Amino acid sequence: MNPTKTGSISAAFAHAKSEGRALLIGYLPAGFPTLDESIELVQAMCEGGVDLIEVGLPYSDPLMDGPVIQQAVDQALTNGATPQSVLTVVRAVADCGVVPVVMSYWNPIEQFGVENFARELQKAGGAGVITPDLTIEEGQPWIAAAALHDVDPIFLVAPSSTNERIHKICHDTRGFVYAASTMGVTGARDQVSNMAPELVARVRRCTDLPIAVGLGVSNGAQAAEIAQYADGVIVGSAFVKAANAGGVRAVRELAQELAQGVRHGG
Amino acid sequence: MTTSEVQREVVLAGHFGPYGGRFVPEALTSALDQLDAAFHAAIVDPEFAIQLSDLERDYTGRPSPLTRAWRFGEYCNGAHVYFKREDLNHTGSHKINNALGQVLLAQRMGKTRVIAETGAGQHGVATATAAALLGLECAVYMGEEDTRRQALNVARMKLLGAEVISVTNGSRTLKDAINEAMRDWVASVDSTHYVLGTVTGPSPFPDMVRHFHSVIGRESRKQILAVEGRLPDAVAACVGGGSNAMGLFSGFIDDLSVQLRGYEAGGDGVETGRHAARFSAGSPGVLHGARTYVMQDKWGQTIPSHSISAGLDYPGVGPEHAWLHDTGRAIYEPVNDSEAMDAFALCSRTEGIIPAIETAHGLAGVIRLGKELGPDSVIILNLSGRGDKDVATAARWFGIELEHSEAGISIELAEGR
Repeated sequence: MNPTKTGSISAAFAHAKSEGRALLIGYLPAGFPTLDESIELVQAMCEGGVDLIEVGLPYSDPLMDGPVIQQAVDQALTNGATPQSVLTVVRAVADCGVVPVVMSYWNPIEQFGVENFARELQKAGGAGVITPDLTIEEGQPWIAAAALHDVDPIFLVAPSSTNERIHKICHDTRGFVYAASTMGVTGARDQVSNMAPELVARVRRCTDLPIAVGLGVSNGAQAAEIAQYADGVIVGSAFVKAANAGGVRAVRELAQELAQGVRHGG
Repeated sequence: MTTSEVQREVVLAGHFGPYGGRFVPEALTSALDQLDAAFHAAIVDPEFAIQLSDLERDYTGRPSPLTRAWRFGEYCNGAHVYFKREDLNHTGSHKINNALGQVLLAQRMGKTRVIAETGAGQHGVATATAAALLGLECAVYMGEEDTRRQALNVARMKLLGAEVISVTNGSRTLKDAINEAMRDWVASVDSTHYVLGTVTGPSPFPDMVRHFHSVIGRESRKQILAVEGRLPDAVAACVGGGSNAMGLFSGFIDDLSVQLRGYEAGGDGVETGRHAARFSAGSPGVLHGARTYVMQDKWGQTIPSHSISAGLDYPGVGPEHAWLHDTGRAIYEPVNDSEAMDAFALCSRTEGIIPAIETAHGLAGVIRLGKELGPDSVIILNLSGRGDKDVATAARWFGIELEHSEAGISIELAEGR
């Protein structure tokens, strides 16, 4: 295991770009359904062609998440998931040669200790942290701690964000900007919101950072559509559903389908 | 600087010392900014002030009386105990103050729909009432566990035309109802205002909800000066999220001679772990958009709370209370279920007032306070709600048999049959 070097996220985006495609980002909660199984699941994602994995830190009150992810994190918590499980899964992802980041609501990081978390994550090979309920206003101590330990703080923008806010968020974000495609919680949708292209265009005007689009993406066709205008495609609930329905095999197949998708967007 | 100036300074930034703030999805940030702007514009607009005060007088029935509790006071070491009668407001609790204020604001902002969370059902009823009055669509999220123990209030909300959505995830109580309401709001924020029912949540909710309840403190201060000719020695209230307490406290916060006392739910006893005593057994953390005292494990996972009172059964507390606690300006103590129910019985039998079980925690606190402060002390308790909704729970507690048919009717209504 090698500690992640600064810039491993941007390197991954640059690599995908050199291949003329979008980066594929997959999410699964650590410890879902159990710690051992969650390691097998992320390995299947890696094998299937996911370029970057968001390892979810299960939290009791996930107010950005729809029912699919809520149930998965409940199950993970029931089976004893802790921040330590997250670090274990992060290490497993790094060992596959795929870039790991953590997705976590703020309170578990605050209780772990902000600096501590950044340091331990970096040691485990983690490259960044997505914090869906941390605003940049409240996030300044975290941004400083992350910089100190070479971990990228990744913030979200939403269709409702003003241009002024997008500008501020881009200023504090490292690695990539997470563009929430729609106003709503996580969960597969039949159609990716038509608000996404406009949002990505607004973010582009503020930053040279790569932009990844998430919320509601579940299949190869949607991935291909997003790959036309974004640098990365984020898939979460669909992987949880696949894991529930068909375990490792279904997760690998979904990863393959999505990996095809991001290669047909250009 | 006076306390009030300090308060105002921290209020400007949406923080109370290290507490409060905004920990929300980015999707809600713009809506909270708009709400903040609309709220601050409304409260300096004389037209809004008149609309609200007319409703308070002609609809809610304000000012609510300050009643001397002579017989109850005898059990409080002879202290001069006064009840601020929020139970006499339309809909039966203090909650209507905030609901009317926020629904009026929502209407002013051009929203067509309001949503709310509710624990005991009082805030849900108040919001459904205000929405009916002002012609807005209304949906109320309520934990499944609470829809059972507060079946009567579920029926009331439905009769008022609101949709009641039973929340079946997590601990199925108030905490989970708030999660669901937030999830709704993220997706519906263009048309919908979230009428948060207590002084918790992201800024500007703690300031806004306190503002709409500050009428309780203003009236109480005037009333006690008129009848006693002096300020009280202490003002007391039960504290769930803490809106009724904040409303009363706000009238006395600058009067440093007046003690501010809050009583939280001790459940089966703080030592059992089955309680909602955030200040005794919680620690600073982030829940539902604000930094405050939270019942949590060492990994920051919220620990479900427990109380006989649905309205106090919440693992967080308003961030301003957290600040008042840390600065020592207010003192918070737990009251367990049995002590609260003893006070419930005492108040019913000595004053002819059946209080809400939430309020009974404050009543138990006043009994303690009387012993502490002595026979000539003056104490105001916010009698935050009436106990009609709690009759079934209280009857079970005291072993009183209910007529089967009556209980059956309320449950059938609640389930929409």
